[in-house]
Amino acid sequence: MRRTLAGALVFAATAVALAFLLFPIVAIFARVPPGRLVAQLSNPVVADALVVSLKTSAIAQALVLALGTPAAFVLATRRFPGRPLVVTLTELPLVLPPAVAGIGLIAAFGRFGLLGGTLSTLGIRLGLTQAAVVLAVAFVSSPLYLRQAIATFETVDPDVVAAARTLGAGPARTFFRVVLPLARGGLAAGAALSFARGLGEFGATIMFAGSLQGVTQTLPLAIYTEFAVDFDVTLAMSALLVVVSAALLVALKVTLQWQPSRPTSRFLFATSS
Amino acid sequence: MAALATDFTLPLRDFELELALPVEGVVALVGPSGAGKSSALRVVAGLARPSRGRVALGDETWVDAERGVFLPPERRRVGLVFQEYALFPHLSVRGNVAFGAGGRPVGELLERFHVSHLAEARPRELSGGERQRVALARALARDPEVLLLDEPLSALDAHTKSAVRAELAEVLRGLDLPTLLVTHDYEDAAALADEVGVLVDGRLRQLSSPAELVARPRDAFVASFTGANLLHGRARRDGGPLTAVRLEGGEEVLSTDEAEGEVGVVVYPWEISVARAHAGAGDSALNVVRGEIGSVVEVANRVRVRIGPVTAEVTAASAARLELERGGTAYATFKATGTRLVPLTGS
Repeated sequence: MRRTLAGALVFAATAVALAFLLFPIVAIFARVPPGRLVAQLSNPVVADALVVSLKTSAIAQALVLALGTPAAFVLATRRFPGRPLVVTLTELPLVLPPAVAGIGLIAAFGRFGLLGGTLSTLGIRLGLTQAAVVLAVAFVSSPLYLRQAIATFETVDPDVVAAARTLGAGPARTFFRVVLPLARGGLAAGAALSFARGLGEFGATIMFAGSLQGVTQTLPLAIYTEFAVDFDVTLAMSALLVVVSAALLVALKVTLQWQPSRPTSRFLFATSS
Repeated sequence: MAALATDFTLPLRDFELELALPVEGVVALVGPSGAGKSSALRVVAGLARPSRGRVALGDETWVDAERGVFLPPERRRVGLVFQEYALFPHLSVRGNVAFGAGGRPVGELLERFHVSHLAEARPRELSGGERQRVALARALARDPEVLLLDEPLSALDAHTKSAVRAELAEVLRGLDLPTLLVTHDYEDAAALADEVGVLVDGRLRQLSSPAELVARPRDAFVASFTGANLLHGRARRDGGPLTAVRLEGGEEVLSTDEAEGEVGVVVYPWEISVARAHAGAGDSALNVVRGEIGSVVEVANRVRVRIGPVTAEVTAASAARLELERGGTAYATFKATGTRLVPLTGS
């Protein structure tokens, strides 16, 4: 009798937890029929926000991959004093409140920021530009990629890398023919995670880049702005983000499933040692 | 064929590895794990940088620490077979072997190592023996001038090991390359190499042919490592041709070697014969040790039997005839000429 009661409680807790997580998502699609959701995509606010979001996220992601991959490789394979501290610092933007990230970016690159003077003598003004959106997105999303990439590079067998060297491959050929193919799955997973995070970026962007339709207004910013104007448009954009995020999540899971020989690539945290 | 010559110091965590070694033909480094064996290979391959000394192949200098010379691995013509083989998991067998071949066709190599039929297979689909053949083919595809093997047989199970060992010995003989291999198993070393160096805590204790190592072990460690019985005792000269050694257990054994004081008495299992009854004092130069039978283990067609402090090796037939069983009493007898007396220092 007591066992059935305990079982029922566990079942109920599970049901409540799942319902709580799914209900808001279902609600987005339930309020407005799908036909009207699709029709909202031609609304200029939505179309502009979608273009700004995709463009800035893509550029930010390219920067994260181009700079983050070599950085992660160095942090994964070199042992130097202070390495745990450096790895932890790269993860800091992840746990920062977005508003603090925004203030940090303003303090660093804003007109009156540390680098503001230097940038303006170079004729660069970041405020209210897409470059500012890209910086904000890269700042908050790159730690996710870095962390995953470091963990992935750490799982590459150093003997296999050494074998490539003794077989006549220099460091560059070894990296592109051996390390990168072996790390591919984990790097793709990290990229998907950081892209999804970047796409949803709100706080740092609105503080650092503002919310200018067609320029810096990304989907999350447009949702916030339109909320007071037209709830249906807000729902349409939310639905759009749910679909894109879900697609990224599925792609991520599939990528990880395809690496059965290296289960360690599932680690989403870099070791700090 | 240019010879490989090393003379270097490599600081390791607990000690320094010092290795002055000419390598012509096949040389094996044996020693307990953690003796610095694999590090020696890494220095020759260019994967570890010694703090002092030189590595050279003929008149080509690979390392000269004092002059700051250190060729990276890719510029040394060296084939290294890793302990766990370190095959590229994302490449087929053909892709693995072709990696270092520089565009030359590898069909012949695959043929030679009997892996042609596996050319498109991935490493994870191969057995241990197959992996080793692929690793060897891959190392040779670069046409190396030095071959390095790290514990080539340790990743194999006992069943396939003896067959692979014979195969590998055959391959090494045919290659005619200066080869340095490391193993913790003296028998593997003796089967594969022309010369065996015993490495302990980063120091080379003895370097000689396998036969010489058994006939004249330099110290107690070398003796016990090569599979000998080692009995501790105290030697005294009594003026005659023989040295009497009073063992820790109280018995006295005789040796034709000369020594004084604390010594190790070395006697190989195959020098010992086993009886169930005392043969009597017919031969004064015959040592007899009486003891309880501790274990009886079959190894191939031989039987190793532990009698008191010594292990003897007899044929399976005589083991059956003697009805050797644990707990019984037996007599181990060996000639004074079959013993070596070695210093105990460094054991």
